Parts: sequence; structure tokens; C-alpha cells
Amino acid sequence: MILTQEQQAMLDGAQGEVLAKVMKTLVMYGDAFGAEKMVPVTSKYNHLVTSFGLKMMTPVFDLMQQLIDAGVVSSQQFSVDPRPVDKNVPANFLQNLIFNKIMYATQDFYEGQLGKLGLMDKDAFTCTCYMDEVGNKPGKGDVLSWAESSAVVYANSVLGARCNRNSGIIDLMGSIAGYVPYFGLLTDEGRKATWLVKIKTTKKPEAQLLGSAIGMKVMEAVPYIEGLDAWLGSELDDAACTYLKDFGAATASNGAVGLYHIENLTPEAKEQGRALLADGAQVYVIDDAELERVYKNYPVIWKNPEAKPKLCFMGCPHMSLEQLKSWTDKVEASLKEAGNDKVVIPTVFTASPAVLKEFEKTSYAARLKATGVITSYICPLMYMNNPLCGKMPVITSSNKLRTYTTARYYTDDEILAQITKGGANA
Amino acid sequence: MKTFKGRVVSPGNVTAPALVSHGGLNTLASFQKALQFGDKKATCGDQNNADLYGKQMLGKALCLPMTIGSTTGGLVLYCACAMKRQPACMLFSEHIDSLAAAGAILADVWLDDVSMPVVDCLGEEFLNYVKDGMTITVSEDGTVTVD
Repeated sequence: MILTQEQQAMLDGAQGEVLAKVMKTLVMYGDAFGAEKMVPVTSKYNHLVTSFGLKMMTPVFDLMQQLIDAGVVSSQQFSVDPRPVDKNVPANFLQNLIFNKIMYATQDFYEGQLGKLGLMDKDAFTCTCYMDEVGNKPGKGDVLSWAESSAVVYANSVLGARCNRNSGIIDLMGSIAGYVPYFGLLTDEGRKATWLVKIKTTKKPEAQLLGSAIGMKVMEAVPYIEGLDAWLGSELDDAACTYLKDFGAATASNGAVGLYHIENLTPEAKEQGRALLADGAQVYVIDDAELERVYKNYPVIWKNPEAKPKLCFMGCPHMSLEQLKSWTDKVEASLKEAGNDKVVIPTVFTASPAVLKEFEKTSYAARLKATGVITSYICPLMYMNNPLCGKMPVITSSNKLRTYTTARYYTDDEILAQITKGGANA
Repeated sequence: MKTFKGRVVSPGNVTAPALVSHGGLNTLASFQKALQFGDKKATCGDQNNADLYGKQMLGKALCLPMTIGSTTGGLVLYCACAMKRQPACMLFSEHIDSLAAAGAILADVWLDDVSMPVVDCLGEEFLNYVKDGMTITVSEDGTVTVD
């Protein structure tokens, strides 16, 4: 890798041993992928994936303390993934004990470290930092040093920013150095699609199911998707962005997609069209039967597959304001149809603190509360990642939550039926 | 006995018994339980990985195509190394992915007393040939001998 004089000086220790180790990490990381240079990080804010004061992360906290003690912090402020605990979310005595005294006992300490490292706001905890209400929305062409997979794929695809699918800690180190190695999704060549996906469904495909199918097929490759604009239109309005948020998170978690192009909709596809397709791109056709096949193949890892759900999580990634409003309408209407006043399964809708604050200003908030649905800023994934919650029959329409936990996936319509009427097809 | 030549990501010499995953290794799902609840043998906790689930990863020559899953994967691998619950080495049949690379490099740069050689690009034939329990010897130049 060829470094500039400034970068070489950092690597040689001109600004201290700790910053030199940060630079060495980034250079080795770039070398592993054949990067020939480093490029400046240009976004206003960074975003970190590590939001949880999990005790097993003590080595990470030690590393961060080395950075803090040496004064090696970023000039960029940052948002960070959602908090792992929230007292609003139903939990029994034992679960609370495990969350607060064992698993996340170091949460306060870690949040103190995040404050010293440059957390942009005490409530900047969300996986959807790019929402207008949160304010960490990069511009087209911005170079990022992010790691949260659902945010990376959204920033690359919907906003036209440039970011690799980094690991946690690398996100922080790129921001501290102010440079990231130039490879993969930062390059024009790396943003070309090696898969052409043809959507031939008879109805608008479920975002989370479509994303799952594509992710599992293309893995880490870039797909160019034709036919989806017939269902989403050609403008990135709130509804389209919400759809793409959920779609992208599923591609990133069920596979390892960091960028997708939607014909006539996402910025680079609008500008360059099929010039984005690499020579020899493979073809994947998705029709109703293919989506059904993918759905039917999800394993159910509940001990008792017939168990009555004890909890429903919506919002992995965090819901948008548009989603909270539209789901309020849907839950109300479905409850009325069933002759119920409140949801029949404890249900949690999660969104960023900033989105929830805006939602509270609308008349929808009181209406949703009246249905019995709880709102929270929690990370459902972190809630589920322990042996007690892992044994609970939890349902979700998030394919990311399904992938990483024991939560069982249902489509949006099935979830609505479950929580308002009981039974997926009620 | 068969020899394969790969690319060195993190150098080192080691001999260890093979543990083979034919699918991608979900780092978070595989290590979380062991790191969180004090399992010093690093038993794989990923129920979706039939090759590895319930098997000890500590001290094994982990042979795999790539790692998959959460982008916390790199720091989870780093934590495993810091807590001395890492595999003896990681041997990738494909080009290393960004998450595994991050974990291996972070351990190499930031931990003084940990060695976990990492070699990638060993090829599909390597993963087809190697079986659990075979003796693996890794050399500094990326040569991997399977016996």
C-alpha cells in the first residue's frame, strides 16, 4: 500500500504509539484486500456497531480505554447501535437479574467510554442512524467507516455513500485515523453487480422475505434488481425507504450483502442503469413460488414448534416514523375486525429514541398505546441473545432477528393476525 | 499426507488437530455462549452449524470457507483471542472476509501474547480433503500440511 507522508508518519509513530497501532491495524486490513491506498473519511458523523456493555466484551473495553488514555479519539462524533436493555420491555425477575447484574453489568461504564470517545448525543443509540429524526445521514459519495450491516447496506444502496462491510472496532479506528483502506465497495469496480435479480411476483414481495432470498443466493455479491420498481415506484419516498431499510437488512443478515441496486429507484441505478452490471453476471429469477420455497425452508428451532408465542418484536432494524404510523392504523383496524380491544400477545415496536420522540408528538402515539403495543428503543437482538430469552417462543417479521436468534419469522400480515387475533392465519 | 499453499494473513507456525466447517462460521453465534458463560474450551454454540455445534474450538485448526453473520464478528474473535479461547489457527479455503480479517489483525496488533496463524485462499480441494481430527501443520510461509 502506498501511504501519503502524513499517513506514513502516523504509522511510524510521529503522533504516538497508540495511533501508530491504529494505523497499522488499518494498513494490515487494507493489505488483506489488496488496497493500494487509504482515502479520507468524509462523512460528518461516524456510526459504531458496539452499543452493549456485555461482560464478555471486556477486552474491547480495555482496548478502548487504551485509546482514551492516550487521547487517541476521533474528530468525528458518532451514533451507535441500540441499547440492549429497556425497562419498558416485558421481562421477568430472573431475566432482569441476568440482564442487569450479569450480562450487561458494564453498560453504564461502557456508555461512559462512548461519551469520551465522541458519542454525538446521549440518546444516539439506534441501528437506523440515517433517519432524518436522528440526523446521521451521509450524503451521496461520502466515504464512511461504519460497521452495522443494516446501516452500511442502506447507506451504500439508498444514499449512495461508500462504505465497506467492516467489523466492529475497525469502524472506530477508521474514524480515528480519518482514513480507510480503498477497496471493495469504495471503488467503482467493487460497486458493479455480479448478479441480475429478476422480480416476477404477482404481488408486492414481502421486503424481509425478498431480502432473505437474495441474501442467501448472492451472499456477499452486489445484486442489480429489476422489476421491483413496479411495486415501489421510482421515487425514494418514505414508504420506499422504509421498504428498502427492511429489505436491505435481510440481504445483509441472511447473506452478507453490502450494496444493492434497484433499477429506476436507487441513485446509482438511476444514473447508470445496466452499465452497473458486470460482464457475465449470473441471473436469479424470483417469483411467488421461489419466495414460498425460501419461507418454508426456515428452520423452526423452538423446543415446541406449536408453542403459543409469548412475545412479538417488530423493528429490527428500528422502525421508521412512517412505519409506526401505518402499523398503528393496521393494528387498530385488525383489532376492531376481531372484536378485541388490545393485542393478544405482548408486542414491542422498537424505534430510535429520536423517532419515538417525534412519534409521541403525533396523535398516533396515544392510539397505539391504547392497543396495548409497547414502544421501546431496545435492540431486540441483544434482548434475545441469552439462554433464558432464547428459550422463549418469540415471533417477529424481522429476518435479521430470525437469523441471529431463536425468534420465529412470520410475514407482516401473519404477525398482524397473530397479535390482534391469535394464530397466524386467524 | 497432502500439502496446500495459501496466502498468509497472520503469520505463525502451529500443529493442531483439524476441525472442519463446510459452511460459513457465524462467529458471534459460535463464540458468544462460550465467552459469556465461562466455557474455557470454547464449545461452538451455533445450532445452525451442524459441523461444529457442540464441538470444542479451543486449540483446533479451524478449517472453513469464510465467516458469516453479525459485523460484531471481528471483535468477538478478538475477544476470544484475548480470553485465550481461540482456535490454534484459522484456515480459509476462500479469500478471507472482512470480519475474520479484522478479528485476526486486531489480535495480531493489539494483543502481545497471542498467536493465531491465519491463512486464506487454500482452495476448495483443501476443504474437501481435510477431515475432523487430521493433523494440520501450518508454516510461516502459508504452507499447510494435512496428515
